[in-house]
Amino acid sequence: MRFAGRMSLAVIVALAFAAPASAKQTVKIGAALSMTGPAAAYGANQKVGIQAAVEEINKSGALKDVVLEAVIEDDASTKEQGIAVFQRFINKDRVAAIIGPTLSNTAYATNPLAQQAKVPVVAVSNTAPKGITDIGDYIWRVSLTEGQVIPGALKTLQGKLGFKKAGVLYGNDDAFTQAGYTVMKSALADLKIEVVAEQTFAKPDRDYNAQLTSLLALKPDILVVSALIENASGIVAQARQLGWTGPIFGGNGFNNPVLIKNAGPAAEGVYVGTAWNRSSTDEANTKFLASMKARGVDPDQFATQAYVGVLVVAEAIKQAGNKGGRDDIKAGFAKVMSLSTPLGKFSFLPNRDGDHTPAVQVVKDGKFQILQ
Amino acid sequence: MSGQQVINGLFLGSIYALFALGYTLVFGVLDILNLAHAAVFMLASFVALTLVASAGLHILLALPLAVLVAGLLGLVLERVAFRPLRGRADSNISGLISSLAMAAIFEAIAHEIWGPNVARFPFGTLTDKQLHVLGGVVSRLQLTIIGVALGLFLVLWWLVQRTRLGREVRAVAESPRAARILGVDVDRAIAASFFISSALGGAAGVLFGLAFNSVSPDMGRSVELKGLAVIILGGMGSMTGAVLAGFALGLVEVFVVAHLGGSYRDAVSFATLFLILVLRPRGLFGAPSLREA
Repeated sequence: MRFAGRMSLAVIVALAFAAPASAKQTVKIGAALSMTGPAAAYGANQKVGIQAAVEEINKSGALKDVVLEAVIEDDASTKEQGIAVFQRFINKDRVAAIIGPTLSNTAYATNPLAQQAKVPVVAVSNTAPKGITDIGDYIWRVSLTEGQVIPGALKTLQGKLGFKKAGVLYGNDDAFTQAGYTVMKSALADLKIEVVAEQTFAKPDRDYNAQLTSLLALKPDILVVSALIENASGIVAQARQLGWTGPIFGGNGFNNPVLIKNAGPAAEGVYVGTAWNRSSTDEANTKFLASMKARGVDPDQFATQAYVGVLVVAEAIKQAGNKGGRDDIKAGFAKVMSLSTPLGKFSFLPNRDGDHTPAVQVVKDGKFQILQ
Repeated sequence: MSGQQVINGLFLGSIYALFALGYTLVFGVLDILNLAHAAVFMLASFVALTLVASAGLHILLALPLAVLVAGLLGLVLERVAFRPLRGRADSNISGLISSLAMAAIFEAIAHEIWGPNVARFPFGTLTDKQLHVLGGVVSRLQLTIIGVALGLFLVLWWLVQRTRLGREVRAVAESPRAARILGVDVDRAIAASFFISSALGGAAGVLFGLAFNSVSPDMGRSVELKGLAVIILGGMGSMTGAVLAGFALGLVEVFVVAHLGGSYRDAVSFATLFLILVLRPRGLFGAPSLREA
């Protein structure tokens, strides 16, 4: 399975070579993606995004004599396998840049290796607010952090709905939901939204009636929830059962169509911040959607961010004068400004984190739709 | 405590009570803990889900069928895990362990057939109308669950107190030897109590799956220990005790989560359990050890 991806890419690259050959230079990009393990669902989508971007760039000839080659390996959603893959990319495949790994947790272990070997890394799905790009000047990031998405989304939403009081519910036994809660709390404070009460739950819980009842009794205007997908589905369903018809705002854990599958009609009126505005009519986005449709893939945020990761590497190569060395790419990153991508106009911030405008989506008629 | 929280507590408590009733019935008759009870709870939930989702049955038809399957699983349990050990000096402990093995087997079967993920009942399995009672909202689903649970309590009470089978089961509970001398078919009475016990556990499983719309191979774990706490609180073997303690635990849990936070949910039920074990080991409704003589 792992080799199937490499094989098909090899064929693609071979086809690219079949074009009249001048002094072509192949630049290898390593991608450490979670194809197995708990994050496998994300890795599969990322792979599609990367393959599509590499094919399109090679076909467009935008990089003149430079041909991109993606080397995709499975990090198995673990630190150990991630480290093995990074070592291979750095020393054996001698890639020019690395995309990945899928999980922030893995990135903490792998990225210091790349930093030490001076190999540029582009994170395309790490959303932990701290500690990723802090690893060093070779670590860059496309994916917006929770800290970037949630405050912007809440602000946009407050502008639309004008809520003043929020009830907060979060999972306090998980690092991700805990971090999401911290971001929500400070975002609510910045917007001067009163928090009527906070309630917690644990991952194995199935019954949230008690927490929801005591929150709803305090008459909030909105429920703000940080939860992973299974809990999120139950919370949404039970809140509606208790008669709550108001808005529910969720963190990145809600950002998955599974929520709608699980909670059904109860999910209507759930708002989620997202890095990718699927319904943007921007040309870069419509082109991307068409290309994905042609592949028979329904892209999500992960596929899109991975796709943009490759675009950013290509742009860096271009900015470096079509040179694909490790330091050329690193220097090129700093010159990426307002690049047209499916995520919108993309630039890097001085701390190497990505910068573009997040959007808010709402569940309406059984689908995630961008809040206009 | 608001009316809504009382409804939440009664709702949760009815499931605990139903589950614990089955537990306590087998314990009352055999002095044995059947640790596969939670696995039957889970399997029944999956059976009902499959009947509704794949066979397209109405839930009110799927529920009795799943309960019947659970009862039959109880017979299997009795035959495989308990009967071969009966009469051995250590049958209390060895039965406990063999039931634990059966629990693992049942869970593995569920994994094999339905996979490890959370499965859900299709939408509209029970039309979700909301009614206003006690200053709170109660859905038809919740009312159905509380209603089914109360109905089953009455059926069980009638079965045990008013029928010949019930008399036999009670006789075996007092003393299997005396019962046998008096002409009671002891094996049949024990098998019957396993059937009834597992059917109740299965009913609790189906209702739990419906209530929180979440069915998974490990769903039994969350009620397993709660069920133990309930039967100890109510008094081992006491059916009235199991019902009252089930509702009490449901209410206490809801109260604690609402006022102290979700982290204390389990802590308080087990602290109560600890206190009961220290202060009143036979539970609130447990008979003082009559049968030891």
